[in-house]
Amino acid sequence: MNLSEEIRIQAENVNFYYGDKQTLKNVNMSIFQNRVTAIIGPSGCGKSTFIRLLNRMNDLIPNTRVEGRILLDNHNIYDPGVDVVTLRRKVGMVFQKPNPFPKSIRDNLSYGLKINGIKSTDSIENTIRRSLEEAALWDEVKDRLNESALRLSGGQQQRLCIARCLAVEPEVILFDEPCASLDPISTKRIEELIEQLKQRYTIVIVTHNMQQAARVSDYTAFMYLGELIEFGPTEKIFTIPEDKHTEDYISGKFG
Amino acid sequence: MKRNSRIQYFGFGFLYLAIFIAVLTLGAIIYFITVNGIKVINWEFLTQVPRRAMTKGGIAPALVGTFYLTIGAIIFALPMGLACAIYLTEYSPKSVVINVIRMSINNLAGVPSVVFGLFGLTVFVKFFGFGVSILSGSLTLGIMILPGIISAAQEALIAVPQSLREASLALGATQWQTIRKIVLPSAMPGILTGVILSVGRAAGETAPIMFTAVTFYTRGFPNSIMDEVMALPYHIYALMTEGTFPERQTMIAYGCALILLFLVLIVSGLAIYLRQKQRKYELV
Repeated sequence: MNLSEEIRIQAENVNFYYGDKQTLKNVNMSIFQNRVTAIIGPSGCGKSTFIRLLNRMNDLIPNTRVEGRILLDNHNIYDPGVDVVTLRRKVGMVFQKPNPFPKSIRDNLSYGLKINGIKSTDSIENTIRRSLEEAALWDEVKDRLNESALRLSGGQQQRLCIARCLAVEPEVILFDEPCASLDPISTKRIEELIEQLKQRYTIVIVTHNMQQAARVSDYTAFMYLGELIEFGPTEKIFTIPEDKHTEDYISGKFG
Repeated sequence: MKRNSRIQYFGFGFLYLAIFIAVLTLGAIIYFITVNGIKVINWEFLTQVPRRAMTKGGIAPALVGTFYLTIGAIIFALPMGLACAIYLTEYSPKSVVINVIRMSINNLAGVPSVVFGLFGLTVFVKFFGFGVSILSGSLTLGIMILPGIISAAQEALIAVPQSLREASLALGATQWQTIRKIVLPSAMPGILTGVILSVGRAAGETAPIMFTAVTFYTRGFPNSIMDEVMALPYHIYALMTEGTFPERQTMIAYGCALILLFLVLIVSGLAIYLRQKQRKYELV
């Protein structure tokens, strides 16, 4: 791997258990600063489980257990005493299905600020505008900020969720199959957006769609049955994969 | 084919009949109570204290009493019930203890109301020394409606999609912020429904307040929560079973029943209005 890249997140020997069932097996992976890292693999390979470990979202699922270390800026986020709230402020997440709050567009965006104690109306309004612009949604919604977010189309809702995530200024953004429920046009817009966002954020994206991984990512990880099979620069993974499984998967022989 | 459509015909017929009987029953109740009760209702009936051994004057103290008792029950049961429901759905680890708690709550819902009355007498009236009072009656009614409020709130909380909780937590909200700002507002319509049903029940029950809060007759209105009061359901019961002018009293009893019915409808109406307001942002 390219040694000039700056490592932001480092997973070391990560195992994950769902009850007795082990769903991640000894995963080691680096996520680089200001790069897009895609995680691909067939359903059930553990890619969603892995990305949800990076902001400790799996803590919510009962009967689960993590082994190994995940270092964010060289600190293990699974150390006892780590504040998950602070962690999740740094590591934001966009989910598979758009999940706007049943509130107005404005309230969706101001929520993250208000829970962080920001009260100034001016700074909230500025952030709302900035994050909507960053998410390429401002022009479509600027005149209807007080309308329910649920009136937006699926693609708009997902961009609103991205804007909501950007509003709290995270440093890393996790996308868990962000286009799974969207039409091709909305998908294209979100891909363009991710391209833009990597200037300022470190991005990890789980996707089912190999073309998407090839289009948006700098690095690609291929996972299969809970193991990280191959990891490297996207160009290399998609042109000269080292592993037979990777080759079969990206050439569409299974998946 | 012909046979199948005939079966369908009878099937639908049965469904219509069931609905018809249900609606008819409600209609009949409203009709008979109204026809019998409307004659005695006038401004005086609503605003005056009873006079001449209940045969003249009005029922104002009973109205006020029922109002206080119901409000008191809700003030006690809503925060308690909500807190229990939040703990059970949002915080509690899945364990044997929790299952026992859940089972106890379900069983509490099945306890006959007169048993609550005796419990209130022993605990609030005697043990805590609150006497026969609005306080004792409200607490007793509150305990009676508690399980209903807990289950309604639990159902409403469980119905809130997990994805909303995840969205909030992923933004760096604490679990408490998530519950207070996202989960509770989304669950509010369902919780309100539970509260409505409970208000109706608390306003209409006789047994729990019989030994704990009510009296057959007061000259005026209560001055504090430690006073005993008149209440509509008990007033109806007393008019029908005691006194010396049964005919005149029966008419007044129907009048009281009509007012009680009307009050419960108003409360339901208010709650439906609040729910609609809440739903504004949920329309797709």
